[in-house]
Amino acid sequence: MATLTQPPATEEPTALGYVETRGLSKHFGDVRAVDGVDLCVMEGEFVVLLGPSGCGKTTLMRMIAGLEKPTAGEIYIAGERVDDDVPPRARGIAMVFQSYALYPHKTAFQNIAFPLEAAQVERSTLRRKVQWAAALFGLDRLLDRRPRQLSGGERQRVALARAVVRDPKVFLLDEPLSNLDAKLRAMARFELKQLQRQLGTTTIYVTHDQVEAMGLGDRIAVMDKGKIRQIGTPRDVYDNPADTFVATFLGSPPMNLVEQDEHTLVGFRPEHFLPREVFGEEPDLVTFRLRVREVEYLGSDRLAYGYLEEERRSDQPVIAAVPITITAPLAEGEVYEFAVRRRDLRFFDARTGLRKPAPR
Amino acid sequence: MSGRAAVRVAKRAALYTAAVAFTVFAVFPFYWMFLTAFKQNRDLYVGATNLQHVPWIFNDPPTLDHVRLLFFNTPYLVWVKNTALVGAAVVAITLVVAVPAGYSLARLAGRWGERLGIGIFLTYLVPPTLLFIPFARVISVLGLQNQLGALVLVYPTFTIPFCTWLMMGFFRAVPRDLEEQAMIDGYSRLAVIGKVVLPLAVPGMLTVVIFAFTLVLQEFVYALTFISQVERMTLSLGVPVALVRGDVFYWGSLMAACLITSLPIAVLYSSFIDRFIAGLTAGAVKG
Ligand SMILES: Nc1ncnc2c1ncn2[C@@H]1O[C@H](COP(=O)(O)OP(=O)(O)O)[C@@H](O)[C@H]1O
Ligand SMILES: [Mg+2]
Repeated sequence: MATLTQPPATEEPTALGYVETRGLSKHFGDVRAVDGVDLCVMEGEFVVLLGPSGCGKTTLMRMIAGLEKPTAGEIYIAGERVDDDVPPRARGIAMVFQSYALYPHKTAFQNIAFPLEAAQVERSTLRRKVQWAAALFGLDRLLDRRPRQLSGGERQRVALARAVVRDPKVFLLDEPLSNLDAKLRAMARFELKQLQRQLGTTTIYVTHDQVEAMGLGDRIAVMDKGKIRQIGTPRDVYDNPADTFVATFLGSPPMNLVEQDEHTLVGFRPEHFLPREVFGEEPDLVTFRLRVREVEYLGSDRLAYGYLEEERRSDQPVIAAVPITITAPLAEGEVYEFAVRRRDLRFFDARTGLRKPAPR
Repeated sequence: MSGRAAVRVAKRAALYTAAVAFTVFAVFPFYWMFLTAFKQNRDLYVGATNLQHVPWIFNDPPTLDHVRLLFFNTPYLVWVKNTALVGAAVVAITLVVAVPAGYSLARLAGRWGERLGIGIFLTYLVPPTLLFIPFARVISVLGLQNQLGALVLVYPTFTIPFCTWLMMGFFRAVPRDLEEQAMIDGYSRLAVIGKVVLPLAVPGMLTVVIFAFTLVLQEFVYALTFISQVERMTLSLGVPVALVRGDVFYWGSLMAACLITSLPIAVLYSSFIDRFIAGLTAGAVKG
């Protein structure tokens, strides 16, 4: 193993995670693309990096891949420190670029075989492995084609087949589904998840699409401006956002935030914010009067946009997502009683945006 | 309805007229070369004195006299050999230097790459009519006067800048993602260049070969300066020197030489035309 060739570790304790970064930063001039990221991915885990465009996801991934040299910080893969001088080819990773980066002068077969050739795999083994990977993605009939003769979905699958074929330690996937149309994307998401379960390969997946992130990730790391704001299971980050950024980035429509007093913001999800009568005799409710300004009919829900008629009025509109099964009247311009269960309220510091415990 | 059809016909007609006019314009020199090379002298030299004479057809049967003169009374084949030798050497030197230089400028030098590239291109624009004076000194110090080696040394000074600049454009058109993917797929940067970048830059290298060779073929000033012995001359120098004697122009043989020389080039160009054009527009198309 490569670890034997390294001098014995003197200062660094062995990392706990399978892929781990410590205080990882990358600055481009004044731009802090990645700013002190501590990320710990367990073996076999599927972690999604989620954040708006430009928040540093790609840069973080490229540093893990060895394509970008960190400004500061450490990277460990399988217990081995790699940030300093381990080139990409020696890190045991496979990466799928957003552009798929298929070699245009090679056929699908040659594309998939390319990493095996680098490892000088014997000819018959190579053939068998390529066929295995191709079968995994239903590419058997397309192996003689060149990339330009393939559709977007087929290219994406060739890129994935090339990633899995040599049995890497870690998959790095940078928005691999973003070039597919919506219908294909849902299918591809399902297949990708199945595949990762089947192979059990540690995976880091970058996306700006929260649906993808919620659907795929064992855990989600929400990033903003080069920093990780929160890491947790999809349920965790959705139900218990660590700050107002996470609260409003996840969920569509996003969490409502209303000023409670000068120190506190109170947040509640549109789907928890329903006409008062829906709750019947339930205890522990918080009620608001909502002046409805606009109602959107979305098939499964009605979205009611309005302003609270309370002394703590918000300038931001508040949104209620009322399932279509609830037939309570909602007319534009009228004022209605709406309510939220007390346990569905979340509180945030008005200045820092950080989550804080319920008052009292 | 018919009005629109008429407009369409008129547009077509205009298009074909333009195409035919341009073709005639482009082909006419070749046709004239061909006529002159095979006309008898009697037919060739009457135009100025006899206004009834039609110059653009064979009035007398064609003849091979001029070609015979070219092959048997001048060292034409030696010039062809010299040109091929110099051309091959210059093309090889140009490729060896311009390909790695173009790659480094496109990828490794970052922001400065572009400025350096423009700087290199500017050196190409310094005319040989200025440069031959210092070069003459260099050549004499090296003792290369009247040797083909002088040309092999001097020609790369204009083929390399131009071709480096060309290759830089081609390498820019190879997506960086591909190289990074290959580095992740298990290759060193050098292996990546060999296995991914160069195969994708083949149209570029083909363009370089054709350009460098054509530049050598048409160069006159340096050849005139450095070569004085007829047997050491290249085509572009030998033909006018041997076939223009005083004020006597051997027009038939001159044109025969031009025709025979340009034919292989024309064939080469037209057989590679697709890749050649792909090369010239490499920046514009996306893989
Ligand atoms: N090579 C680079 N040079 C300068 N700035 C860069 C470079 N790569 C990325 N950036 C900047 O770093 C920030 C993060 O970029 P990126 O990691 O691509 O974000 P994401 O993938 O989340 O959209 C952006 O502001 C981007 O402009
Ligand atoms: Mg990105």
